[in-house]
Amino acid sequence: MGEAKTLFEKIWDSHVVEEQEDGTCLLYIDRHLVHEVTSPQAFEGLRQAGRRVRRPDATLAVPDHNVPTTDRARGIADETSRIQVETLEQNCREFGIELFGMNDVRQGIVHVIGPEQGFTLPGTTIVCGDSHTSTHGAFGALAFGIGTSEVEHVLATQTLLQKKPKTMRIAVEGELGFGVGAKDVILAIIGKIGTAGGTGHVIEYAGPVVRALSMEGRMTICNMSIEAGARAGLIAPDEKTFRWLEGRPMAPKGALWQQAVAFWRTLPSDPDARYDREVVLDASTIEPMVTWGTSPQDVVPITGRVPDPKDEPDPKRRAAMERALAYMGLEPGTPMQEIRIDKVFIGSCTNARLEDLRVVARIVQGRKVAPQVHAMIVPGSGIVKHLAEEEGLDRIFRDAGFEWREPGCSMCLGMNPDRLQPGERCASTSNRNFEGRQGKGGRTHLVSPAMAAAAAITGRLTDVRKLVA
Amino acid sequence: MQPFRKLTGIAAPLPLVNVDTDRIIPAHWLKTIRRTGLGVGLFESLRYREDGSENPDFVLNREPYRRSVILITGENFGCGSSREHAPWALLDFGIRCVIAPSFADIFFNNCFKNGILPIVLPQATVDALMAEAETASEPVFTVDLEEQLIHRPSGNQPVPFEVDPFKRHCLLEGLDDIGLTLKRLERIEAFEARQRREQPWLWTRAA
Repeated sequence: MGEAKTLFEKIWDSHVVEEQEDGTCLLYIDRHLVHEVTSPQAFEGLRQAGRRVRRPDATLAVPDHNVPTTDRARGIADETSRIQVETLEQNCREFGIELFGMNDVRQGIVHVIGPEQGFTLPGTTIVCGDSHTSTHGAFGALAFGIGTSEVEHVLATQTLLQKKPKTMRIAVEGELGFGVGAKDVILAIIGKIGTAGGTGHVIEYAGPVVRALSMEGRMTICNMSIEAGARAGLIAPDEKTFRWLEGRPMAPKGALWQQAVAFWRTLPSDPDARYDREVVLDASTIEPMVTWGTSPQDVVPITGRVPDPKDEPDPKRRAAMERALAYMGLEPGTPMQEIRIDKVFIGSCTNARLEDLRVVARIVQGRKVAPQVHAMIVPGSGIVKHLAEEEGLDRIFRDAGFEWREPGCSMCLGMNPDRLQPGERCASTSNRNFEGRQGKGGRTHLVSPAMAAAAAITGRLTDVRKLVA
Repeated sequence: MQPFRKLTGIAAPLPLVNVDTDRIIPAHWLKTIRRTGLGVGLFESLRYREDGSENPDFVLNREPYRRSVILITGENFGCGSSREHAPWALLDFGIRCVIAPSFADIFFNNCFKNGILPIVLPQATVDALMAEAETASEPVFTVDLEEQLIHRPSGNQPVPFEVDPFKRHCLLEGLDDIGLTLKRLERIEAFEARQRREQPWLWTRAA
């Protein structure tokens, strides 16, 4: 037996094609997800150089960022969006890549459909021209976002040139309190280590809380690794992982499945493996979380108040806080639960899976969205939408006054028509509260699906524990 | 890719921390299918007022910084989305070097693929360079990648910087990564043959 290795190191080492003297590695990529926004220039590059796609069978494409979430029978109204989606379709035809088109039930947010189809598998390297590719790490894969030049590099060579990142282990010990979920855990982690806390690292999430989470919850945690600055986040695969994947359309079958599972069981970090950095969180201290500013690290428990920049000693950070509060239209010291909202967005690659929707349904069933609030739910994929409707969730949502939409990235980044108006305040289950992210001048408060549901009902940021007690 | 050897020109101070790629280029600019033409959208929310006119207070709208080729800024520059549109927008504006105490990983990598040199320096050094960029009558710096030195308008001691040797080599020569990798095709094929044997379940979609 060799030296003890982490999960990350096992995956990394088994994918190095070649290592240069300076440590730059040629890393093999097993799975490549492609969407319409970050791929057109990459395909154009291939065409100009007369290159082909090396592994069309390891590549899967879907339009998600630009697609409308209302009636699709009329196509895409915005011309530039339509051209981008059509360009993806043409490129996939030309280069022989499987595409789930806008009207295919399997269409959805790229990070929802990868796992859903069993395209995402443990022990693999997965990339996509999208920073939230870290989501797939929930299955014990090394998954990270890349730029368009790297998309082209993967299309042409099925490899990437990479330096080995450092490792960080974040253990969440203890037990989660009532009304606290995966989104609160990752927001608390980002609040603790900061948006650059994971820079240069791959994070492995561990501990009893992570083990106890569903696959959906694990995806939520890994999804926001990038908001902690990390390239990737991953979680050791276990029986829960295998059960979740078994029988999915692109997952291995029969004897190959047995062989794969036997291999996947060897992946978890060895007990005495070492990490470059270790962080421990006590789950009992985590409350439902909400952001107050314009960076995901600007986060407080819902029972807290808007912080005062005067208390920040560092002048650059103080200036950033003052700017954030001015943008958010908030006064220091305001209790978070007194902040009124205009919109609620439940969706995104962070929180648009079936389990998220079930949580929302439990809270809003038999209640009504506050009269001044516009609330929408955008399922993560056509299949999530279909399953939710089979369970009757759509009726609960509609009866409560939510809009029930078609799947896509939607108001997480507002590339399609789903945007905040200037000054509008939104409780959102997405991942970024940057200035202008959900629409120019829009004000985003990041929350869990349960907290978004509670805010929709009361019309202000609300401690969900009060509604379900 | 255009080689990067020695760059001389105006440096703009941008004393903000955690500048995300949505700030560098907002999402509505991402609908393009080209790499060029994004310079006009660079820092849109900072650069333009509500009515679309230029915000005269923003550094890149003031002389001499309109002609900037270097940006000096705060920690964690380029965080957030992986959009390569961020370096494309900087490049289209004319910026070919960004100096900061730290960068987000994906943005940092994306810069090198586009002939932009991101330089990491200690906070105190960045502060000193930023002060010179703000106060010098003609804030012209020279970034010499071969010597790994930044020459400053004050004529003070040039500032040395570190850069990954392979990335430096690619920038100096303007090398196309893909061309380099395709020369290693035999190694890639050997890897694939072995993986196909050892982990056949990863190849079930292959013809």
